[in-house]
Amino acid sequence: MTELIKAKVSELLANQTADRVLGWKKGEFFYDETPAVFQAEELDDLVYDGFSAPNLSKYLIKESKKEGKVIALLKPCDTYSFNQLIMEHRINRDNVYVVGVPCRGNLDINKIREKGIKGIQSIKEQGDELIIETIYGTKTLPREEVILDRCLCCKGSQHMVADEVIESGEPAWEAKADRFEMVTKLENMTSDERFAFWRGELSKCIRCNACRNVCPACSCLQCVFDDPASKVQAKSNADDFEENMFHIIRAFHVAGRCTDCGECSRVCPQGIPLHLLNRKFIKDIDTFYGEYQAGADIEAKGPLTEFNKDDVEPSIVKERGGK
Amino acid sequence: MMMYKINVDRLPELYAKMAESRALYLPIEKNDQVEFHPWNADACVRLDKLNTAKSAKDLFFPQTENLMKFKMQGKNISIEENRDPVEPFVLFGVRACDVRSFDVLDKVFLADPVDTFYQSRRENGVVISMACHEPEETCFCHAFGIDAADPAGDISCWMVEGTLYWKPLTEKGQALTETVSALMEQAGDQDQAKVEESQKALHAVMEKLPLYDLDLTGFDGDHLLEKFNSEKWAKLSEACLGCGSCTFVCPTCQCYDIRDYDNGHGVQRYRCWDSCMYSDFTMMAHGTPRKTQLEKFRQRFMHKLVYFPSNNDGMYSCVGCGRCLTKCPISMNIVKVIKALGGENHA
Amino acid sequence: MRETMEALIPTIGVVTDVRVDTPDVKTFRVNSLDGGIPFDHMPGQCAMLSIPGVGEAMFSITSSPTNKEYKEFSIKKCGCLTDWLHQMEVGQQITIRGPYGHAFPVDTEFVGKDLLFIAGGIGLAPLHSVINYCRHYRDRYGSIDIVYGSRSKDDLVDYQEILNEWCTEEGINVYLTIDRPQEGWDGHVGFVPNYVKELNFDVNKTAVICGPPIMIKFTLAGLQELGFEKTQVYTTMELRMKCGIGKCGRCNIGDKYVCKDGPVFRCDQLDELPNEY
Repeated sequence: MTELIKAKVSELLANQTADRVLGWKKGEFFYDETPAVFQAEELDDLVYDGFSAPNLSKYLIKESKKEGKVIALLKPCDTYSFNQLIMEHRINRDNVYVVGVPCRGNLDINKIREKGIKGIQSIKEQGDELIIETIYGTKTLPREEVILDRCLCCKGSQHMVADEVIESGEPAWEAKADRFEMVTKLENMTSDERFAFWRGELSKCIRCNACRNVCPACSCLQCVFDDPASKVQAKSNADDFEENMFHIIRAFHVAGRCTDCGECSRVCPQGIPLHLLNRKFIKDIDTFYGEYQAGADIEAKGPLTEFNKDDVEPSIVKERGGK
Repeated sequence: MMMYKINVDRLPELYAKMAESRALYLPIEKNDQVEFHPWNADACVRLDKLNTAKSAKDLFFPQTENLMKFKMQGKNISIEENRDPVEPFVLFGVRACDVRSFDVLDKVFLADPVDTFYQSRRENGVVISMACHEPEETCFCHAFGIDAADPAGDISCWMVEGTLYWKPLTEKGQALTETVSALMEQAGDQDQAKVEESQKALHAVMEKLPLYDLDLTGFDGDHLLEKFNSEKWAKLSEACLGCGSCTFVCPTCQCYDIRDYDNGHGVQRYRCWDSCMYSDFTMMAHGTPRKTQLEKFRQRFMHKLVYFPSNNDGMYSCVGCGRCLTKCPISMNIVKVIKALGGENHA
Repeated sequence: MRETMEALIPTIGVVTDVRVDTPDVKTFRVNSLDGGIPFDHMPGQCAMLSIPGVGEAMFSITSSPTNKEYKEFSIKKCGCLTDWLHQMEVGQQITIRGPYGHAFPVDTEFVGKDLLFIAGGIGLAPLHSVINYCRHYRDRYGSIDIVYGSRSKDDLVDYQEILNEWCTEEGINVYLTIDRPQEGWDGHVGFVPNYVKELNFDVNKTAVICGPPIMIKFTLAGLQELGFEKTQVYTTMELRMKCGIGKCGRCNIGDKYVCKDGPVFRCDQLDELPNEY
């Protein structure tokens, strides 16, 4: 796949469709890829495989403001974020040439480690298996067992936007799980149980801002939590309340715009399932305003920015048992 | 000093005994995450876990701590010291890399003028280290002259074939040992040989690690400007998100902020971890000298690899624990920086 | 006496006088609660002033160490804390800790030298202390030249003191300049760096520059054109600070911490530091 992509982008650079490529750069250990902008002569380091997890859309905010045109390699789910950023006028579409790349679901290095695999020397994807060489011997794992959680609820193999799509010829990756399963489970808990669940998770937060900084929907020039004038600027969670509120406020802020790309949970160094907050909003939005997938259609009206007479009234809170 | 041993099955007894007189912190799994938490009988102790998610620095330099409180009345101010109380505690199961990180932190906080908040925690804490078992590809402590098989601390421990070997190294360690020695047996020459054998085995594994020979050539005060002015920072920092995950999981990052919180009854002044990766770190009323992420990113690595050793007889402010390698959202880390600017790439 | 040796814990000071210097600079006189001074300092050193709940920041001590009655701080209104400080009236208590950093080498390198002080705008604040110190121990030093410039006549800090005391003292030459012509101003007009070059100072002097970064840069270049070596020129640096004792990491530049290794640097020392200030 990497070779196919390199050939395609080399061709696009050669015919001056664009002058650089936004993609993933090879790491030290086969799994630690870094987003990077490549010039034609730097393509040797370009890689695309199961570990090309970072969603590159957000980088286009900055990259599309530069001179020239950039080729953006986007996985199907990344294209939702791209569209959403187009809708929010964050990306200059004219300066981006989107090359859709097929995705077989991203791999989760943490899940691989949880399988007891240590001292990794190389990882090879062979069909549905991963062959992992370690200093403690060779291990084989079914790919499906170490798929990133977000990919288990895949939104599909279609690119929502692309100037061109690279076909792999391999069968498309499909969702294995219902994405609202955990949200439903949380809804069915008593409020005390639910509070205990979230306290357990959010108490791990170290307020590193990785979730916010990686989030394509968090594109404010200055976040309210970084702005001294806001009076809520903070760098650490002084107490439980702040631990909770930072994430809840963030979830409110991206509600209706979150495409459920899952980057927040992927990057959290503390393993907090932050995407569940966003999914709760998505589920409620679907219920109250009709099914809506942010970033699927740039012509669509945002459920929370569009008013309809049959929108739910605030009384819905009470009707659903809220106080 | 004498070495002791205890069967792994009896460790809960050992924990209970130590916890009688003071708080005992161990790598404990909670919500799928292993961190140093206070032990209790129900705790899920994970001595097998190579590294906790966060480092052990919290115990000496907590993420937030109270400094003092102010009462404001009209034009008058009064100061009340309300530092969080520090009780004696034991920190058990610290890896060699994290133990070294305390030496790095000491250089900062115990240098004149002494930071008494940190100092009192250091004085009250007994550090029990644990030799590594099955190190990871992300480990590179050897590059900093740390021996994972022979960790420092007040007491060193080795886990060999279901037995924990325990060796006090300091007076503090000896004092603690005396309170629990009744639970343990004295180790003999055979035991000593077993420990040495396990050390040898670990050394053999370490040598196979991909970052074992990470080359730090060129990272010193003599090459300060050369490293600073390298053109490679632009590419290295290109994808940096400006989050603080590397900083906050790092055992040696010690930058802090001092902030005030007005709770209506008074003003609490506290300090909290800060990150040079953050946009406001050097922000002043008229702007910041580190305008883009390049400058912020460069500062973090220059500080660890050049400025700190230049000020501290060559001691790097990195211990090779590998946490930033596994936690960075975009997998940019100190090893990639070292490889790009040092070793064979050092001009 | 302080009960603790912890450097981060301040003492209480009280504002005993407020003087309006310019439209955006006020000078605050601070005493300790017992009417004395909170600490002794040397010229060029700084102190952390704070209004709890608003913030804490580092300020140059403007008064001379020879003044044992009070400490003075000339402060420009430019941010959250300084806005608050500018609203203070006499009797307001603040917190104060210090002194921090290295002073100008007034008792060593400066002794026996002809001194040239060059300041721009609020940059006079740290120089005010050293100038008055040198005036106090006048015999120890050779000639004293002072070049001071501001945007306008109204922006000259300590204008009255300059006119009444510095300008009238024998052996001190004061050269004032403002950026643009102004009614009622018959003095020199022009930027400080150019004025310094026009004045064509003798290269045997030891120079001290303080002002906005851009002014320091061009003035240093100007002095070098006149033949000055960087080893003859001192300046003071300003970076964001929180702890004041070289631990919080904020003012780290190269292997130096401005709060403890600075703020006074000799210009040749700056060449060894990254250009990030």
